[in-house]
Amino acid sequence: MAAKTKQSASLDRKKLMADPIMVTTIVVLITLLTLFILYPLAILLVDSFVGDGSFSLSVFQRIFQISSFKRAITNTLKVGFVVGILSSLIGLLFAYVEVYVRMPKFTGGLFKVVSMLPVVSPPFVLSLSMIMLFGKAGIITRFLLHIYDNSVYGYWGIVIVQTLTFFPVCYMMLKGLLKNIDPSLEEAARDMGAGRLKVFTSVTLPLMLPGLGNAFLVTFIESIADFANPMIIGGSYDTLATTIYLQITGAYDKPGAAAMAVVLLCITLLMFAVQKYYLEAKTAATLTGKASRARMMIEDKSVRVPLTVLCTLVAVFVIMMYICVPIGACFPTWGYKFFPLTGKWFTQVFTRYKGFKAFKDSFMLSLIAAPITALLSMIISYLVVKRNFKGKGFIEAVSMLAMAVPGTVLGVGYIRGFSGGLFHTGILQGLYGTGAILIIVFIVRSLPTGTRSGISALRQIDKSIEESAYDMGADSFKVFMTVTLPLIKDSFLSGLVTAFVRSITAISAIILLVTPSYLLITVQINEFAEKGAYSLACAFATILILITYGAVLLMNLFMKYFGTSRKMKED
Amino acid sequence: MEKIKKGVRLDHISKIYQDPKTGKDFYAVKDTSLEIEPGSFVTLLGPSGCGKTTTLRMIAGFESPDEGEIYLGEEPINELTPNKRDTAMVFQSYALLPHYNVFDNVAYGLKLRKVPKNEIKNRVLKILDLVELTGMEERMTNQLSGGQQQRVALARALVIEPSVLLFDEPLSNLDAKLRVSMRTEIRRIQQEVGITAIYVTHDQSEAMALSDKIIIMSKGVVAQMGTPQEIYYHPVSEFVADFIGEANFLKGRMIGKNGSNAVLEIEGNSLNVPDHDGMETGKDYTIVLRPEAASLADRGGMPCRVVLSCFMGSYQNYHVMVGNTLVKLEEHNPKNKRIYQVDETCSLVFDPESVHVL
Repeated sequence: MAAKTKQSASLDRKKLMADPIMVTTIVVLITLLTLFILYPLAILLVDSFVGDGSFSLSVFQRIFQISSFKRAITNTLKVGFVVGILSSLIGLLFAYVEVYVRMPKFTGGLFKVVSMLPVVSPPFVLSLSMIMLFGKAGIITRFLLHIYDNSVYGYWGIVIVQTLTFFPVCYMMLKGLLKNIDPSLEEAARDMGAGRLKVFTSVTLPLMLPGLGNAFLVTFIESIADFANPMIIGGSYDTLATTIYLQITGAYDKPGAAAMAVVLLCITLLMFAVQKYYLEAKTAATLTGKASRARMMIEDKSVRVPLTVLCTLVAVFVIMMYICVPIGACFPTWGYKFFPLTGKWFTQVFTRYKGFKAFKDSFMLSLIAAPITALLSMIISYLVVKRNFKGKGFIEAVSMLAMAVPGTVLGVGYIRGFSGGLFHTGILQGLYGTGAILIIVFIVRSLPTGTRSGISALRQIDKSIEESAYDMGADSFKVFMTVTLPLIKDSFLSGLVTAFVRSITAISAIILLVTPSYLLITVQINEFAEKGAYSLACAFATILILITYGAVLLMNLFMKYFGTSRKMKED
Repeated sequence: MEKIKKGVRLDHISKIYQDPKTGKDFYAVKDTSLEIEPGSFVTLLGPSGCGKTTTLRMIAGFESPDEGEIYLGEEPINELTPNKRDTAMVFQSYALLPHYNVFDNVAYGLKLRKVPKNEIKNRVLKILDLVELTGMEERMTNQLSGGQQQRVALARALVIEPSVLLFDEPLSNLDAKLRVSMRTEIRRIQQEVGITAIYVTHDQSEAMALSDKIIIMSKGVVAQMGTPQEIYYHPVSEFVADFIGEANFLKGRMIGKNGSNAVLEIEGNSLNVPDHDGMETGKDYTIVLRPEAASLADRGGMPCRVVLSCFMGSYQNYHVMVGNTLVKLEEHNPKNKRIYQVDETCSLVFDPESVHVL
């Protein structure tokens, strides 16, 4: 039989070869993915295992003798674990209240804002506001409560800031899952005599467990990969990401940093594997049902009032934290003099601190990266969902793998992989230190999110629509341009904006790769925050948020008027 | 259409799939050879999983055969991609392009062929007239009913004037009434255009109503190929007889010959049936009796007992026991006939010429 199976395989191959654009696309994609995702990670492994030309564990032996590194591992895992749990619980609370409880319009509006904020803001602004509100000279701690020695730096600072940053992600994930629970399951339990609490613990919660686990792991990975928050608010409490950074920038120990990066990568990859192959499948298996009809919202005051109040308080707190950033940028001298508010920091951003160049550089690089990312991720999703060919598994796996790679690890990989050219031979050495490599990092960092949303959008589209176009005489390129892309225009647009926002707010990988010829906003913010120039950092951050918010607004406007769904939805 | 009509030939085609659960290979289509005449309407009929859709998709080019060669006219087409094959398919889900209106959907294939604009317009309007959708050009496809969407799908396939038209269960998403009227439409249009059509369905009445020839498939192989009459009156196996229409199977042994007839003993009765080649005394045979070919009488046939008697409007439905064999029959136009009640004993009569011996 095996010999006979070859005919269809060879025919499929011939059919593929008859489509040169498709073949070229696949070859180019595989090359790019190998070169810019696999190779930098592989070189880390090679570098950390090969000492003096032969296989050795000496680098690992050395780094495991550094006590600060061992401490960083425990610190990172401890923070990740606690943040993962807190974020999924708060996320679950928000999701439950939104899907199950009738709440006032005002609270609903707050929920929307809370879910939106982490999308448009750079991931580390909460650290800034945390310091400004609760630090030694914090507005709340010092000036309202008259506590003079409160320290936000360290373990609790990181945990609180990361939890507030990441729980909206859990909230959005869990909301989707809760909406998929068929209300009649819970009605059946009620009907058989279970009270509300019993229904929650015996029906809703068990159904949600895999989803909760999923949310926990996603947050866990985000937390241990996070660089900027521990950098700004961690103080002497070092995590793996910051330790690796310091190992390179402070100790100039590149092989050591490479080995540390391998350790961090192993942790995230393990978590990612569990999340992707175990929990995601389980979530899908338990929650396949479509809600048959609308859910009866809980009106009961004893449930409604406390839950709504609790959520509102958390939401207001989060929003206040974000608002603190633009306000903090307006204090004349932060910590001493709060009034009258002034615009002098904003002026200084542009007059004294090369703000214009920073914004131009960040903006241009992100603007170049975004469309490339969006297009690449749509092409990858199309190939993965709609086509069959050898190497498809590779393309899917590698583009998803990038999701599990912390930015810091990628950064170290790029330094090791490209600073001396490919395999230290000098080939492609010209790339290192240019804007191009920053753009490539931006693309690699946003590719998984774009691909994931593209894949889920494409799965919604009946396969035979593309087949029919193919059958009518269109080749793959024509099918993609005239059918696939128009049908997922919305997903493409949101991928475009997400890539832009992620790029312009990125810091972890690029801080290792950026050269003085490029000034990036996020790097500037980080620098000013480290120096304690919080007002300047806030001024930079405020402008950055305005840019990203503007991009999102523009996208929504564009989708409203030119989106695919409009034309197809009007009945 | 001044184009030369082309037939389709399948030469020892097999398709092997892997069972996703066990990981074992199995034949979805096995060693199938077919000859489809130019300009004829042929139906691939069979239960789900019989390989009919796989066969159609191999002809369209979406699947590649593991053995054998497919010919369009005289040309082997195994290595051609779907867009290079001179076939057009009408999909089960219609597969209209949701971001185009009716006109653009139909014009899509012509635009790809770089047909001049004026000609596109003429041809699209002409085809829309043929499928009776004139005036609907500007509609978006989701503003159309199921039947209308089906017509657009058909128009889109026809307008590029393919050599062969392929249908993949195109009517299965429509309600029963519409299905009947659409199938007459499809037959009318196919006759008018004179195109070769291959139609996949699991609905036997659809196959009967549409086809010049029916190919019955079962478990990846062709069970029988023939005109609707051949298949109905002369099924080659119990599977075919059972799949096409209702059938009763009476088992008996040949006990002798009577002139040109064979004498079978069935449930204690002897019955003269037309002889066919190779029938031997002493061997067991099964006869196929169609429900409408038999009726009940007070005497004169095989004695039987009524176990179900049910008025269905145009006919009276009976289940009777002949010895240990259950026989279903339909007495048409029952208004002025004697109606037998449950538990009555009576006689099952039929013309021995109307049965078919397997």
